[in-house]
Amino acid sequence: MKRFVALYLAIDATTSTLAKVAALKRYLADAPARDAAWAVYLLAGGTPRRAVPTSELRALACEAAALPAWLFEAGYAATGDLAEAIAYVLPDPEDKLDEPLADWMEQRILPLRALDAAARREAVLAAWRGLSADERFMFIKLVGGGFRVGVSKLLVQRALAEWSGSDAAGVAQRMMGYTQIDTPPTTARFQALLSDDMSGTRGGQPYPFFLAHALPGEPADSLGARSDWLAEWKYDGIRAQVVKRDGQVWIWSRGEELVTERFPEVETAASTWPDGTVVDGELLAWLPGETEPAPFALLQKRIGRTKLSKGILAEAPVCLLAYDLLESEGEDRRQESMHARRARLERLGIATSPLLDAADWAGLAAARTQSRERRVEGLMLKHRDSAYGIGRTGNAWWKWKVAPLSVDAVLIYAQAGHGRRANLYTDYSFAVWNRAPRDAAEAEAALDSTGGELTLVPFAKAYSGLTDEEIKGVDRVIRKTTVEKFGPVRRVRPSMVFELGFEGIQASTRHKSGIAVRFPRMLRIRGDKPLHEADTLDSLRALMETGTNGAEVADD
Amino acid sequence: MPDLVTRRPQGLYCELGDFYIDPWLPVERAVITHAHADHCRPGHGAYLAHRDGLGLMRARLGDEAALEGLAYGETRRIGDVSLSLHPAGHVLGSAQVRIEHSGEVWVVAGDYFVSGAGDCNTTCAPFEPVRCNVFVTESTFGLPIYRWAPQTEVLREMRAWWADCATQGKHALLMGYSLGKAQRLVAGLATPDAPGPVLVHGAVARLNAAYREAGVALPDVDTVTPETNFKSLRGALVIAPPAVQGSRWAKAMGPHSDAFASGWMRLRGARRRRSVDRGFVFSDHADWPGLLSAISATAAQRVIVTHGDEGALVRYLTELGLRAEAFATEYGDETHGVEAAA
Repeated sequence: MKRFVALYLAIDATTSTLAKVAALKRYLADAPARDAAWAVYLLAGGTPRRAVPTSELRALACEAAALPAWLFEAGYAATGDLAEAIAYVLPDPEDKLDEPLADWMEQRILPLRALDAAARREAVLAAWRGLSADERFMFIKLVGGGFRVGVSKLLVQRALAEWSGSDAAGVAQRMMGYTQIDTPPTTARFQALLSDDMSGTRGGQPYPFFLAHALPGEPADSLGARSDWLAEWKYDGIRAQVVKRDGQVWIWSRGEELVTERFPEVETAASTWPDGTVVDGELLAWLPGETEPAPFALLQKRIGRTKLSKGILAEAPVCLLAYDLLESEGEDRRQESMHARRARLERLGIATSPLLDAADWAGLAAARTQSRERRVEGLMLKHRDSAYGIGRTGNAWWKWKVAPLSVDAVLIYAQAGHGRRANLYTDYSFAVWNRAPRDAAEAEAALDSTGGELTLVPFAKAYSGLTDEEIKGVDRVIRKTTVEKFGPVRRVRPSMVFELGFEGIQASTRHKSGIAVRFPRMLRIRGDKPLHEADTLDSLRALMETGTNGAEVADD
Repeated sequence: MPDLVTRRPQGLYCELGDFYIDPWLPVERAVITHAHADHCRPGHGAYLAHRDGLGLMRARLGDEAALEGLAYGETRRIGDVSLSLHPAGHVLGSAQVRIEHSGEVWVVAGDYFVSGAGDCNTTCAPFEPVRCNVFVTESTFGLPIYRWAPQTEVLREMRAWWADCATQGKHALLMGYSLGKAQRLVAGLATPDAPGPVLVHGAVARLNAAYREAGVALPDVDTVTPETNFKSLRGALVIAPPAVQGSRWAKAMGPHSDAFASGWMRLRGARRRRSVDRGFVFSDHADWPGLLSAISATAAQRVIVTHGDEGALVRYLTELGLRAEAFATEYGDETHGVEAAA
């Protein structure tokens, strides 16, 4: 494992893409294939199931380091990373175990799940004693199910391609599905990644997904003639690729997990397609007879169920709305133009995402304003001559989303972030007033009393949208205005108003406010807005009824 | 017996001697533990500190300030107490303040660093535990996740990184706080077997001069000036304050790798936020084992904790059976690792 840890540290220590690829290539050149198979699996996003519950890891760490649990937790809150916290508090290691990565994974780490707690305790403590300090960190990451590293799948593919002399697109395609959970990598599967012979990789093998960029500004400014572009609604479901070959159907999620069993109705529908057909589209919950898909919440409810009962299948039926055709008659069609692929897709006779026919950009912009009523996120614009690329490359696909719903909300709690944002207050809870305060004085008085009639009602948490500089500023205010600390959470005396954006809003019985918002994030800090002018529960309810902002969100 | 030191709005106050220790608001008489800005503020009527730190304080406070120096161990009668200063091992002239009255002894440690095996610091006197009834301790790194490797080992890692930069035809920029940290780095890295020349930022050079004046034998190093020609140098190591990161000043070095030396670099999150190529865990504050060993060596039965993760340390000491409490102070920068110099 030493070689893999050295690779991890080399990648972690640099921000340079070139240096990361170079480190990967050095590793591939040195490591035995069965180790490299695991390294590629782990670095490309494969996550073995958690082998030891984190509660057990914490308890063992306290035992090994002779610390009270509360003190360990305080250290964990400061690091924002469990593996780091444990690795730092353990007594100095003996550093005497030196076994290949594949042995660690297959003989020591994966079997931990099946052991009883006592045997697992012995195994974990033995590993902690025997590994070096850096290896311990890695070991905890691997058994705790939280291994992530600062390298993208694309970079891993690039390194593999450069090192083996094969074509990067081929590597990318052969790597689809390589990192599936519960499918440990083997030497044979690793070597198949490098083989330019594609025949062995058919079966249910999907193609890499092509991703869109968010469109900056208006299409008229940057995209040229409307006639060069195909416009579709941007659906709010789950992106999926459905493969039909050899009489069998495979459904792949965007995360490259096989999800066929989760969507039996889609599997049944696709089983009638001709063999050698691969379709890219959106899985949507759609009730029979409706003209619009159901809200995302219904799909979410369905995904949340581990067992698909008749009841949930009837309550939340799922269909595939197709928008691209990657393979037909067993031929890879990705290099054909978008409109040619589209024509083939339509001949297939399946439910297909309709094209919008507005003749000019102004017409499309007008159609886009109906997005919320149609329960879509906006429009997709795809160049009619574009090929189906790999990942987020090129300028052929754009998402032109509608401006989010927004309210001005008050920051009331903060929690330190994780990873890069550890030890910095980055995760915030926001509230609105239960009614509009009469004036600043009344708002201030409400902050000082508890149980008064005027009060702030928490309704959303958000942690994205601010720049690093802004976060530092907010962090400072939070530390200065802290009223109370509970573990990693601080309650502050409210002083900051934020414009909060979100994609959807729904009534909810699970939230104190009676309202749940989707994808909340911070649009900006409203330094200009006094507390008493923040929004109210009524402003949220009004958004829920109309689905639109009273006033259009300012772009500035 | 009343408490010898209490917290007032201006700072920590000794009523029987009518003086403050490291006050944050202007007062008549201030005893200063060391010359860092958060402990040695301008505007006091009179300053008393260890004599080695006077040069550093003078540079910060200007010619007008009334400064007076004591040697370590020298006793001074002030009002009803006798006061003496003892080495804290933090920076040049850093001192613990010992206050005695009728057999009761209080020690206010200020910032301190406890040397262990493998720590070798020639730039200031090492921490000496002082037995006392009440010990007022810092807690900048008051959590068990903070444990330092021996500084000689970290210096070896720094040298390996620097040598690696030199092989790649790059310079190395090592950032650390210019008072105290930078001198530890200069003393530890500007050795005869170094992989290349060592240069320092002007701010570091000024403080180096103050160190030399106080008798610290720092190696001779060049200062970076607008005329410095980095193209003619091979594998230089530049020691500079953190503020140069990303500046035009740093760009003038040409191709280089950058690193940051601080106790906060223990945390990967802080390291990545810094977005430097390397983060070295190198502090002039006590780590968790250092804090506990210092506290235990004082044999104090009562401990008052200041700035840092005081909550955790107070609770831990209480569970060990000591009487522990916290003073809220305005030392240090609680924005962990973001701008902190520790």
